[in-house]
Amino acid sequence: MSHFTIPTFKLPEFVAKIGAHLPQWPHALALVSGLNTAAKLKLLPEDSLQSLAGKTFLVAVNDTGGEARFTYANGWFRPVFGAAGEPDLTFRADLSAYLQLVSRQEDPDTLFFNRQLSIEGDTELGLVVKNMLDAIEWPPSVGRIPGLERLSALVATLPGRSHHA
Amino acid sequence: MSNNPLPELVCPAGSLPALKAAVDNGADTVYLGFKNDTNARNFAGLNFDEKTMAEGLHYAQSRGKEVLLALNTYAQPGRVQAWREAVDVAAGLGVDALILADVGLLAYAREKYPDLNLHLSVQGSATNYEAVNFCHKEFGIRRAVLPRVLTLAQVEHVIKNTPVEIEVFGFGSLCVMNEGRCWLSSYACGESPNTVGACSPAKYVRWEKNPGRMDARLNGILIDSYGDQENAGYPTLCKGRFEVQGETYYALEEPTSLNVLSVLPEIVKIGVRAIKVEGRQRSPAYVTQVTRTLRAALDSLKDGNDRYSVKPSWQAELTKVSEGHQATLGAYNRPWR
Repeated sequence: MSHFTIPTFKLPEFVAKIGAHLPQWPHALALVSGLNTAAKLKLLPEDSLQSLAGKTFLVAVNDTGGEARFTYANGWFRPVFGAAGEPDLTFRADLSAYLQLVSRQEDPDTLFFNRQLSIEGDTELGLVVKNMLDAIEWPPSVGRIPGLERLSALVATLPGRSHHA
Repeated sequence: MSNNPLPELVCPAGSLPALKAAVDNGADTVYLGFKNDTNARNFAGLNFDEKTMAEGLHYAQSRGKEVLLALNTYAQPGRVQAWREAVDVAAGLGVDALILADVGLLAYAREKYPDLNLHLSVQGSATNYEAVNFCHKEFGIRRAVLPRVLTLAQVEHVIKNTPVEIEVFGFGSLCVMNEGRCWLSSYACGESPNTVGACSPAKYVRWEKNPGRMDARLNGILIDSYGDQENAGYPTLCKGRFEVQGETYYALEEPTSLNVLSVLPEIVKIGVRAIKVEGRQRSPAYVTQVTRTLRAALDSLKDGNDRYSVKPSWQAELTKVSEGHQATLGAYNRPWR
């Protein structure tokens, strides 16, 4: 998919401190738009979508302080604003791990074994989400994740990033 | 180095993108399963329905690759028909072989589809040539997958005494390897690979984050507690740390992956016909990484090359994706028998 290798890096701590004070709705909005596009293109299998109905999800990016809460109901992913209790499923990782995941550079089990990705809550739901994303057959027109290559080239220049073999 | 043909590289596919990744990165053969408990990787959202399987078969077979269908669980009382139907559907779709463990199902497939290739699954637990030859005589199996309990010398002994092709595991997560006979998962949650097609099903698993540690629980039973910097493994009873006589340690087995890179020339030399990669539950990224690494290693053995050496980059790639971040030769090189 991408000719660039996304390195494992951690953003400086101040980024998370600032990020945590910024509004969180843009992350959630960006994420649900992506998911809704995939659902509209019928890239997400119906049986997997059904098991997501009524569940709430939290995707937290540790080193940016960003969080996205969303839910799936009536055929649509939509953001959840404000603290809405314990989510059914929470993913936590640094930005680099998410980038490696979405570009299919790394396997979530690998990241989990290496403690770069954590899953809390309903583990089976986590497996549904993981396997649903793995099974997406990107049509050639959306085969490249917009901006990802530029972004990965940019992060390769970040100071203080660390490589793990 | 002998001039045995290179073993087939048999790679896992839990989804269509994983199947394509295997084919595109050098697998000779892929194996897969239906979205139900007729196979031992029956996890939520994983595996193939008839439509995606037909697409996968076309993708692989049109590129000269074989597709094997794992029907490697045991038909459950009162529901035998479901397993027979899976055989019928697979035969209709045109898979290159079925991987079966249940002797009743082997008999059914042999009688109904005399031309269909049958492989004895690792779950069939045949650890000696008598067992393999019995399945050859009774069901005409083409190949047997050996359980991961034999030394290389023992694998060679089987090969020398059977006309059946022998497949061994080359890479992937290890379990206690009491294949086809393990009920540890049922002890904790009433479900195990042989009954529902899944070890430690995810609905019983909870990862609990606590200050300084992460606890893994299976149906409420504490399996392990990982420090923040410690590598984690799958939440199975066999890989847990338990207190035994005042000491807490991996009482059954450490989380680890099998990796045969260092003994690959010996595996070719003794006449192993196929090398299997574990991991239908893993993502296309894993399939890509492991397939291309083993392909490169096997290709370097072409034409009886006797200057084989394991490249550090191969080892690094496989170590990275290993469970528990460590690898072993398992039973292949153990001194005792």
